[in-house]
Amino acid sequence: MSFAKINDDVLRTLRAPGPLWYAGVLLALSVALVGLFAFLYQARNGLGVAGYEHPILWGIYITDFVFWVGIAHSGTLISAVLFLFRARWRTAVARAAEAMTVFAVMTAGLFPIIHIGRPWFFYWLIPYPNERQLWVNFRSPLVWDLFAISTYLTVSAMFLYLGLMPDIAAARDRVKDWRQPIYKVLALGWLGTSRQWQHHTALYGFFAALATPLVISVHSVVSWDFAMAILPGWHSTIFAPYFVAGAIFSGIAMVITLLLPMRRIFKLESYITVHHFENLAKLMLTTSLIVGYAYLTEFFVAWYSGNPFEQGTFYDRMFGQYWGYSWTMFTCNVILPLLLFVKAFRTNLKALFVLSIFVNIGMWLERYVIIVTSLSHDFDPANWAGVYQPTWVEAAITIGSFGMFFTLFLLFIKNFPAVSITEMKETMDRAAEADPASSWPDPV
Amino acid sequence: MAQTTEILGIFDHGAKAAAGARAILEKGLGDVVAYSPVPDHAIDQALHVGVSPVRLFVLIGGLLGCATGFLFPIYTVLDWPMITGGKPLISIPPFVVIAFELTILFGALGGMASFLWLARLPRVTGPPAPDERFTNDRTGISVTCRPDDAAAVRASLKRHGASEVKG
Repeated sequence: MSFAKINDDVLRTLRAPGPLWYAGVLLALSVALVGLFAFLYQARNGLGVAGYEHPILWGIYITDFVFWVGIAHSGTLISAVLFLFRARWRTAVARAAEAMTVFAVMTAGLFPIIHIGRPWFFYWLIPYPNERQLWVNFRSPLVWDLFAISTYLTVSAMFLYLGLMPDIAAARDRVKDWRQPIYKVLALGWLGTSRQWQHHTALYGFFAALATPLVISVHSVVSWDFAMAILPGWHSTIFAPYFVAGAIFSGIAMVITLLLPMRRIFKLESYITVHHFENLAKLMLTTSLIVGYAYLTEFFVAWYSGNPFEQGTFYDRMFGQYWGYSWTMFTCNVILPLLLFVKAFRTNLKALFVLSIFVNIGMWLERYVIIVTSLSHDFDPANWAGVYQPTWVEAAITIGSFGMFFTLFLLFIKNFPAVSITEMKETMDRAAEADPASSWPDPV
Repeated sequence: MAQTTEILGIFDHGAKAAAGARAILEKGLGDVVAYSPVPDHAIDQALHVGVSPVRLFVLIGGLLGCATGFLFPIYTVLDWPMITGGKPLISIPPFVVIAFELTILFGALGGMASFLWLARLPRVTGPPAPDERFTNDRTGISVTCRPDDAAAVRASLKRHGASEVKG
């Protein structure tokens, strides 16, 4: 393995795509367009076309919002937290995970807009002093959300771009097709002088240091959207750590879902190895255990509190009309991931792929269960009869959001280096320094 | 201004390039600019590249963001006073969340802006890198020297293992 080989292997992924890629983009794009149509239909006819039923006035859109914000989290965990801990195996998977983060936050950011009745007034969310005679309530977690999500999108997009800059320059100097002028602009004239590297390396470290507390704060703020309300099943102090762990759990599942086909299609098996997937699986197991512990704690607290409404909500969650969602969630998020204790399972990529899909489903259901079961079982027994039935519009918009996410991801990996060329070379360099006799691959 | 000439040494390994650059600087033969595909500590040491001042701008940005995160909500609630839930207008604990997020946002923006400024990016005009392989697998040492020293520079670069010497 040499610098030139890494350069060739990664930039090879930018060559003209095959029919499989086109088919994937076409499928994802059509699904996204169906979602767009459903959104326009809803904008035309009003929120009545969604299945909201008093008192369940948050439904699938907020579920989708929390789900996509959660998906974003593992990207930052891998690119920032593992960077600070000097976990070198992150190199192979960091770029794809970072890109996933940016696209997931973009998707998430659409849902509050879809959820509001008059989406064309979405900019009213942005608080500034009373220009519109609105009362800006800075004590509301929904306003904090705006600050948290927009900061997260800005910082993770800059983080991704900063890491990409030298790689785009490598593509600029190598890929000689219609994209070269685009790379030329995006590389900003990067030269790779020692001065540029000096500032680049410093800033990358600072971004990692800034993104680490940011990622924890973002999902904490999202969890406070619920925990700050007095509703049984929401009003709980464990929500912040519980949501952060859940976010990382679901995000890692999504990384596995995306990376396994990607490495196969791009023949990157010598860069993204079984070892990397095993490490991701271990992280998934850890966060699954935290999430499982949080589930049990919620039930314990409900019982121990002696509060009949709290107890009623949790009884209803397990044995009420939404029991199927709750038990599926528990199976997907807590019971199935226990298989990861077995090394043979962790290193079996097919099994891991299937499990990652189950975790994605389970974590989507978790948000659904938290939102819908708590809202449907509030303090007024007269309200308990309401049943939330999602409509085709909500389903189409949800599926459309997956279409949008996959479209963006597919376009990204075909046009930008999906594995960090620079960091791969650095890792190789360091491994060679530490032990000149060692030969690549040395993923640890 | 004295006339100068530029000589480019191309190395297949960063350590050799660092040794070459060090030799040139020690003998005072000229000014050195290094190009490399990855950040290289040996070259940094040879060229006496110090700690980047980016950190200062991240700090300034962060402090500015923190101040904005408190002052902006405070100004807004005073400008449009509406007491709800019996809470004070200026409720510091919830504003901490906003201040925290803006600390990070402004810190990151300050860092990014200072990086672009310090690294002289974006570079719209000016010559491209002297060799396209510097983003691939070669390290380059570009020496700006007086024409009289050119021969000595070429010899020194060769001696330290340059695979090619141009100019």
